[in-house]
Amino acid sequence: MYKIVSKRELAPKIKYFDVQAPEIAEKAQPGQFIMLVIGEMGERIPLTIAGSDAKRGTISFAFNEVGKTTEHLGCLNAGDCIASITGPLGKPSEIKNYGNVLCVAGGVMVAPMLLQVRALREAGNTVTTIVAARIKELLFFEEEMKYPSDKFCVATDDGSKGFKGLDFLKEILEKEKFDRCIVYGPVVMMKTVAQMTKPFNLPTIVTLTPIMIDGMGMCGVCRVTVGGKMKFGCVDGPEFDGHAVDFDELVNRQRMLLPEERLSSFMWELQGGCACGR
Amino acid sequence: MPVADSKPKPKIKKEVEQMPKQEPEVRRKNFNEVALGYTEEQAKAEASRCLQCGKPQCVAGCPVEICIPDFVKLLREGKYEEAIAKIKEKNALPAICGRVCPQEEQCQKMCVLGKVGDPVSIGRLERWLADWERDRGNAKIPEKASPTGKKVAMIGAGPAGLTAAADLAKLGHKVMIYEALHVPGGVLVYGIPEFRLPKRIVQAEADYIQRLGAELQLGYLIGRVYTIPELLKQRGFDAVFIGTGAGLPAFLGIPGESLGGIYSANEFLIRVNLMKAYAFPVYDTPIRIGKHVVVIGGGNVAMDSARSALRLGAEEVCIVYRRSREEMPARKEEIENAEEEGIICKFLANPTRFFGDDKGWVKAMECVCMELGPPDQSGRRRPVPVKGSEFVMDTDTVVEAVGRTPNPIIQSTTEGLAVTKWGTIVTDANGRTNLDGVYAGGDIVTGEATVISAMGAGKKAARAIHEYIMKK
Repeated sequence: MYKIVSKRELAPKIKYFDVQAPEIAEKAQPGQFIMLVIGEMGERIPLTIAGSDAKRGTISFAFNEVGKTTEHLGCLNAGDCIASITGPLGKPSEIKNYGNVLCVAGGVMVAPMLLQVRALREAGNTVTTIVAARIKELLFFEEEMKYPSDKFCVATDDGSKGFKGLDFLKEILEKEKFDRCIVYGPVVMMKTVAQMTKPFNLPTIVTLTPIMIDGMGMCGVCRVTVGGKMKFGCVDGPEFDGHAVDFDELVNRQRMLLPEERLSSFMWELQGGCACGR
Repeated sequence: MPVADSKPKPKIKKEVEQMPKQEPEVRRKNFNEVALGYTEEQAKAEASRCLQCGKPQCVAGCPVEICIPDFVKLLREGKYEEAIAKIKEKNALPAICGRVCPQEEQCQKMCVLGKVGDPVSIGRLERWLADWERDRGNAKIPEKASPTGKKVAMIGAGPAGLTAAADLAKLGHKVMIYEALHVPGGVLVYGIPEFRLPKRIVQAEADYIQRLGAELQLGYLIGRVYTIPELLKQRGFDAVFIGTGAGLPAFLGIPGESLGGIYSANEFLIRVNLMKAYAFPVYDTPIRIGKHVVVIGGGNVAMDSARSALRLGAEEVCIVYRRSREEMPARKEEIENAEEEGIICKFLANPTRFFGDDKGWVKAMECVCMELGPPDQSGRRRPVPVKGSEFVMDTDTVVEAVGRTPNPIIQSTTEGLAVTKWGTIVTDANGRTNLDGVYAGGDIVTGEATVISAMGAGKKAARAIHEYIMKK
């Protein structure tokens, strides 16, 4: 059992947990993820590691309440336990001194991006960070992100704060030469950014979160096409060359079981959702 | 009926005692166990058929060397407790082996009775005794050697790891089993369906191994959380046994494989068995089954997938296999079970591509007809495509059961470990790898094989590990 040490609400429906998992905390590196099962009847879901503290023996992750499992997880509080956590899984990010790095993060993936930005900065890079969200209410970690970033800006889809959309990126890319770009966010956003960096030949790394079951190479549901070859998100990734990923296929595969996921979520609400969990 | 034997020899009952099964019409709609097991009378009657040969051939056919005539004799004398103890001297997982071992290829193939009639149904007797003991509760724990103070780590709680763990625990060593999934059993829980091997039985056998003194850590992926050198140097283990199996799915590598509705058999079975998707939405993991399911492959995994699909509500399930019936690697019994349930087999056809609908879901599969050429390395006749024989079949769910490959995580995180070009680990006959104190066995060494051969490998390795650590 893995005890939740603290719980924070970063934005509406986005929660952040510190969980007691000393063995994982000792090994976790930026870019890796965990597989989590809440209880006996639960599904296995992947979550990107957003922090680890070997001294305290904790790991941290953020999640967006989008379906039954994440909604259930969101009902748990400090002191509650999670049945199973396996990790760290996946290949760690390649952190080294690239020179000038552009980091673009959106949605819940802003949380693990903080780990990247810190590590890249520590490795000697100059880091420009862009944090994006749909609306300003969903922004979080602005202060935390500013600190390790050399340059920092915010964008929202509706323009309620900072830049409106990501079109401004093109100007930045034209003005400044970057050596590497890292994108953590929803698939559509990663696809957009990868398309924008392509004309500049800017190496662009994306982190993929396809559907996974075991998370260690056994089921193959997380297969993605990268450069025309079949790769497994869990063991060959989760980070891939953003210019080689077939994003449309990925979107299609992520939506594969949407009706079932909706049914599960609906049943959960019908049973009283959160109230039943506590 | 055969004509009565004219020789006045001792009376031999040539026909095997049949085991009751759920009727095909009933069982194709549920996930309950198909084979119901002998009654006490049936078990005794079947045991009485054993000739108690002076030089028993059956024992030589058993990968874990169970003293078969001895346990059968005890059974027929009604000494059930002693009979099961006799089995457990060699085999810590009898309820599992009694169900999923291919006995017809092993002990029963060697049975002398097989020359004149049906061999003794050794597997069913083993199963009956194991079930008898479990139903009674409180399985007896055999006497253990006094603690040696030595520590051994098992990587993987599948058939190989559990067997090695049981033997080493009995020898007085401290055993820690690291399992990457959230339940123990390996392929016994993620691969073999509930209707062939109920999961409560796997759990009971895993519990028994813990009662023998082995500790079990779930959700520990060795290679990531600890590496093998760390286990040996920092965590104080005297030896390590790798039993990580062949858990990676192979794909056909043909166009359209990423469409929705196309599962690897591993994904399909993991959803259904391990995650209990058949009970969705009570359990959280979903699965979607269409009307026309195609399963590609001819092994036991293909049979398991096809029969699961049927139970999940498919209207029609068709197995597509590139060779003919004779070359099918699945157990004959399982092929029969599948066909009784209404599964159709299409032989000598090989998929060449998949077509999708506008929503990205599979809607049809193109195949090419095959003919059998000269035998290949496996000794089976090699299928060759017939030019211009392509045809299209409609399908909305495809399960690819075309093999599993070794899990690479240990190999890629253990420096210097000798590996073959297929990714399996190189060992000697006793499971020794090229690294000091590191042993391996089961599918990770042989490639995809049977539960019992993995158990046999676990047993041999346990013996070698014992010798090694006692000398250390």
